[in-house]
Amino acid sequence: MKATLEIKRGTPAAPQHVETFVVPFEPGQSILDGLRAVRHDTDPTLAFRFACINANACKECMMLIDGKVDYACTVKLKEGVTTLAPLPKKALVRDLVTEIAPPDERLHGRG
Amino acid sequence: MHLETDVLVIGAGGAGMYAALEAARAGASVILADRSLIGRGGATVMAQMTVAAALGEQTPDSWEFHLADTLAAGRGLCNETLSAMLCQDGPARIREMDAWKVGWAREGDHITQIHAPGHDRPRCVYVDVLSTGPAVSRTLRTQLNLASGIRRIGDLAIVDIVVRDGQACGAVAVHLSSGETVTLAAKSVIIATGGLTRLYRRNSASFNMGGDGYALALRAGAELIDMEFVQFFPIGHLAPRLVGMDPIMWDPFRYKLGGKLLNGDLQEFEEAYASDGRNDGNYVLTRDRATYAISKEVEAGRGSPAGGAYLSFQHVPDAELRRAFGPVIDRLAANGIDLTKQLVEVAPIAHYHMGGVRVDAAMQSTIPGLYACGEAIGGANGANRLSGNAITEAFVFGARAGQSAAKNALSAASHWSHEAASPTVDLLRSADKRDTPNLAVAVTDLQALMADKVGPFRTDEKLREAIVEIDRMTADLGAAPPSSGMTFDPLLIDWLDLRNMLQVAKSVAVPALARTESRGAHQRDDHPGLEEAWTLNQIITLNGGDVALERGASISKKASA
Repeated sequence: MKATLEIKRGTPAAPQHVETFVVPFEPGQSILDGLRAVRHDTDPTLAFRFACINANACKECMMLIDGKVDYACTVKLKEGVTTLAPLPKKALVRDLVTEIAPPDERLHGRG
Repeated sequence: MHLETDVLVIGAGGAGMYAALEAARAGASVILADRSLIGRGGATVMAQMTVAAALGEQTPDSWEFHLADTLAAGRGLCNETLSAMLCQDGPARIREMDAWKVGWAREGDHITQIHAPGHDRPRCVYVDVLSTGPAVSRTLRTQLNLASGIRRIGDLAIVDIVVRDGQACGAVAVHLSSGETVTLAAKSVIIATGGLTRLYRRNSASFNMGGDGYALALRAGAELIDMEFVQFFPIGHLAPRLVGMDPIMWDPFRYKLGGKLLNGDLQEFEEAYASDGRNDGNYVLTRDRATYAISKEVEAGRGSPAGGAYLSFQHVPDAELRRAFGPVIDRLAANGIDLTKQLVEVAPIAHYHMGGVRVDAAMQSTIPGLYACGEAIGGANGANRLSGNAITEAFVFGARAGQSAAKNALSAASHWSHEAASPTVDLLRSADKRDTPNLAVAVTDLQALMADKVGPFRTDEKLREAIVEIDRMTADLGAAPPSSGMTFDPLLIDWLDLRNMLQVAKSVAVPALARTESRGAHQRDDHPGLEEAWTLNQIITLNGGDVALERGASISKKASA
């Protein structure tokens, strides 16, 4: 099976644009698996956050999946198009990475 | 950017958070840095059950009994000073966490303690349901919020410890989200970066556990000990695909409900490997024997379709499953798994590292001013860790390291020099936009190499092949990192990770090749059986940029002074 990931990419300095990647998958695999496959097979410059790898313990892989805020590690890959975008209400860092740490845990912009 | 502090703690898992709290309590200023979010990455948050401490709540107990079990599991290689500290200080830390409202499971008027394998009595506390790690992390994060004098900085990846005149004086870091280089002057530096399980294809830990702390310590001139001992957890989840759960989740199921291991022919096989006749109803085999049994069944062509063994709970009624693990049963259902109707597949998975930074009783490495704690140190667990000791050691050694580092910092002047930091600052500055082979692929290749050649069962031939390949990959990596020229640069992160991972991979393979016996987690197919002459610790240092091996003269019963 193949999943099509339409990923909103860019930085605050450059205009955001959508890039499309097609990844093969097996039923049950997560969006996070798909993003790691993109880095491995196609484009290692794709930026996204994760630490715990599919255990939903670190809560770092939160993003906009088909327009809904969710964790990339718990939403499953599907056939057809899935759109991925950075969290809309957090400051954009790069691609799917946003500033999600509380202000007093940041190097800059402490509250 | 340049920052100054008394104590720099690297890594914000259980050990690092405890170290920061204790250092601040002793009056030191603290920077707690993590490459990811504070208190979210690392292994602590992943832990689901069992923290061992001789509380005597369930049945009478004493720390000496816990120590005896820890030493027996360690197969003669434990640093007994560290093991005793773990067992002696454990209860006070567990009670401190209780006072901080971690929520240890209780029955009636006492904390529940369950009987985990390798222990002589019920000794392990936990937070229901499979929530120990998240509860511990949340509790320590709350304490950090309440404490004063601790500056927490996430997205800060430490690249090197800075050493001046043989003394640690700070670190150089890259701030991932801005891309800027940060220098940190610190009178004491604590490594609390956890283990190295990311070196293996299948592992139970976090993406950020690639052995960073071991590599930092090596390059700072410190010694590593017992690096050949990587613990594999026998029944890590393999199939069907399961997301949103820790892959070692089946262990608590077996504690509570039993659970049958079956080979590809749906036959039970554990008894055939039970050399000691051990069978307590839930566990026929200890972790190392179960890993062996599953691997041998797969080798003999009797594996499950995905290359492991089946685990069956079909003998357990649905109501009992729900009573024991209600919310977890729902999460399994969301993954399309119904334990009353189907088998799951399990296989050995890299879980924990016994080896690590060699420290004394004050948690100081062989480099003055450089401390380590938690999974990052070696010695307390010898050749094989007793179940339940990992979170306990994070608390105990974290607290000790924080106290020692604060004491040192409050009596010392800063040793910092920008000149001593300049090689690493220059390394980061040398990052350039260039075409490189995909380093994400190189990481996967290294994980496959370690799993296939430096896994639970080793031979002279496989280990030599691994070392040749690690050297080749190290040469391929080159001396300067690539960059995509933007913030949160995955290319730069991969390069820095591989630089660490390759050094650490060799630090495991070299002593594994030298140790021509089988002991605990180090099993040699070509040298079966424990050799009395090998009751000694091997020490790794960096010499001229390459890994060098030293053999301890005899087992050190005391911490290195």
